[in-house]
Amino acid sequence: MNKTLLLAKHELFTTIKRRAFIILTLAFPVLALLGLLAAQVIPGMIKPTAKVENIGYVDEVGIFNENTAQGKIDFVSFHTEEEAKGALLNGDIKEYFVIAPNYISTGLIQRYTLKNEVEPGGTTQTAIRNFLLSNLLKGNAEDIIERAKTPMNILSTTLTRTGEIASRQGGFAALILPYIFSILLMMSIFFSSGYLLQGLGEEKENRVMEILLSSVSPKQLLAGKVIGLGAAGLVQIIAWLISANFLMRMASANFGNVIGVLNISLDFWILGIIYFILGYLFLAVIMAGVGSISPTSREGQQVSTLFTIPVVIPIYFMPLIMEHPESIGVKILTFIPITAPITVIVRLGLSEIPIWELAVSILILILSIIGCFILATKLFRTYLLMYGKRPGFKEILRSFRNA
Amino acid sequence: MLSVEVNHITKTYGNRAVVNDVSFTVNQGEILGLIGPNGAGKTTTIRMIMDIIKPDSGDIKILGEKLTETSKNSIGYLPEERGLYRKLNVIDSVIYFASLKGMDNQLARTRADDLLKRVEMLAHKNKKIEELSRGMGQIIQVIVTVIHDPKLIILDEPTASLDPVNAQLLKDMMLELRNQGKSVIMSTHRMNEIEEMCDRILMINKGQVVLYGGLADIKSRFRNNSVIVECDGDLGKIEGVMQRHNQKRAIELVLDTTTTPQQLLERLIKKGIVVNRFELSTPSLNEIFIKVVGDEHEQDPAVS
Repeated sequence: MNKTLLLAKHELFTTIKRRAFIILTLAFPVLALLGLLAAQVIPGMIKPTAKVENIGYVDEVGIFNENTAQGKIDFVSFHTEEEAKGALLNGDIKEYFVIAPNYISTGLIQRYTLKNEVEPGGTTQTAIRNFLLSNLLKGNAEDIIERAKTPMNILSTTLTRTGEIASRQGGFAALILPYIFSILLMMSIFFSSGYLLQGLGEEKENRVMEILLSSVSPKQLLAGKVIGLGAAGLVQIIAWLISANFLMRMASANFGNVIGVLNISLDFWILGIIYFILGYLFLAVIMAGVGSISPTSREGQQVSTLFTIPVVIPIYFMPLIMEHPESIGVKILTFIPITAPITVIVRLGLSEIPIWELAVSILILILSIIGCFILATKLFRTYLLMYGKRPGFKEILRSFRNA
Repeated sequence: MLSVEVNHITKTYGNRAVVNDVSFTVNQGEILGLIGPNGAGKTTTIRMIMDIIKPDSGDIKILGEKLTETSKNSIGYLPEERGLYRKLNVIDSVIYFASLKGMDNQLARTRADDLLKRVEMLAHKNKKIEELSRGMGQIIQVIVTVIHDPKLIILDEPTASLDPVNAQLLKDMMLELRNQGKSVIMSTHRMNEIEEMCDRILMINKGQVVLYGGLADIKSRFRNNSVIVECDGDLGKIEGVMQRHNQKRAIELVLDTTTTPQQLLERLIKKGIVVNRFELSTPSLNEIFIKVVGDEHEQDPAVS
């Protein structure tokens, strides 16, 4: 067998047998499953009481005297604030509010409660809103009043430039998969390149490097490690995607058919895999360079933070990317090799990405990978056998020229 | 046939030449001892032979050709900084490194069993490396070095951290390989091992070759015209003797330049002295090492 493949096979099997790898691979589906179960069980445990509750009010406008029963809440009228306060302190009502005389012009409602809370509960707010609305619109037909309570259910359709219905439609259902995929992609890239860094550090600490280099070239060693650990990352992400598919179907069945309407296009899968591979390769060769100049795996991990933080920039800016997927800033993130994989995956769920943008982005990534691979090999040759000392910036630059 | 040809190799880091114009050869079926003080450039020289470090100038041929990934398979290398995968077991480690040398797994397994049996470690073959003692780990490392039946074996400080029994085992293995026609380069600080095992030596100091040749040749070059004499009674004053150094039972007599050992023996017999032992004094490799390195040290103005 080719030596690079032998190294890759060794790295793959060593990594997937690691306890940390197994735990991490299983952690995602197990935690997600627990989350789903919790989402089903906990709301039942904290469901509001079925008992009808009383909320008092003082109407200083004089028009709020009907529709006092709103779901599980009954509104009780008081003539004065003093009366209402007395009822609250007696426990006859759970809270009360005063509708100010200038309510029509200001909308001001003064609410009094014995609870220390951030804001009124959702059920209470809805009940008060519906009570006010029903009285403001009294005299209108019942269906008009009901519509006023829920004035719209938006159903959006994305059209193509030629006016046809686009194959890729936006919305939550279309966004959720790229969102989950980008998180998984980021985690998988981090962990795979992390293993590479850790493996290099351990081999330096165990003094195995020189034995390996007596059989293979630095280029073969680097390529073998990158391929083997990339394959381990791919195993992990495939395991996650298979479990995500199963979990999302479960979630969909439980929370309305949100996921059922998902239509994941083939180009999403193809681009997802391309960007996973390119993103991983780019970060992996950087990590290899970092690993070769770091005396221990611990120091390597500290230095690697400089490169892992930029990878997650698109996650920080996700709301902006969602709102303006075609802005110049987002385009720039698409072309920067370190931010491109996550940005493209998120953008894919939101809008069409022009072919030329994808082509340029992929080309920049490939060229960056080749460039970084050449530099990492030079660092590999120079610093892999340097134990206990981290070279300075000038030394690193010199090694790029000399190696 | 030459197993190794090193021609004028130089390696510089910054302004410092770690290896400076070093040339030497290793013949088939010989053991070359590579000696020199710490930081002399021995390990850098070995790493350049192994193509782990590229020389700035000069060239190296292994078994008649420039080193390629395939010809690396003909070399067994035991580096000074050695280690194995601590979590891997003994047999898997040996097979993995053998496979990197292009060896078939089944053949590697059979040969690993034979070698483990020979070093009486077959019972440990399923143990993890981290469960072995340091010396045992080093023996496994030696097995990794020779598992693929290399034509050239390069050993950097091979007996460091080995007990005398295992050190002897290793020396026997190397002599056996030499007798099978393999070539060995052995770098060590233990001069007695060089004297015991090596056919020729190469001494490097401050990156340069300071001694190179057959062991007997070098020793005769450093002979100081003195003899070791063991006799009954007092020698008294003898013509042609410049200095006397008393040893345990014998006396070392340093002769002047006009007196030969033959003339001295005749004078002793003429004086009626009973001579029980008379031999030409040859400096040990250790003495030669100290002399050469010490002289270089004194000549270096930067050191003084």
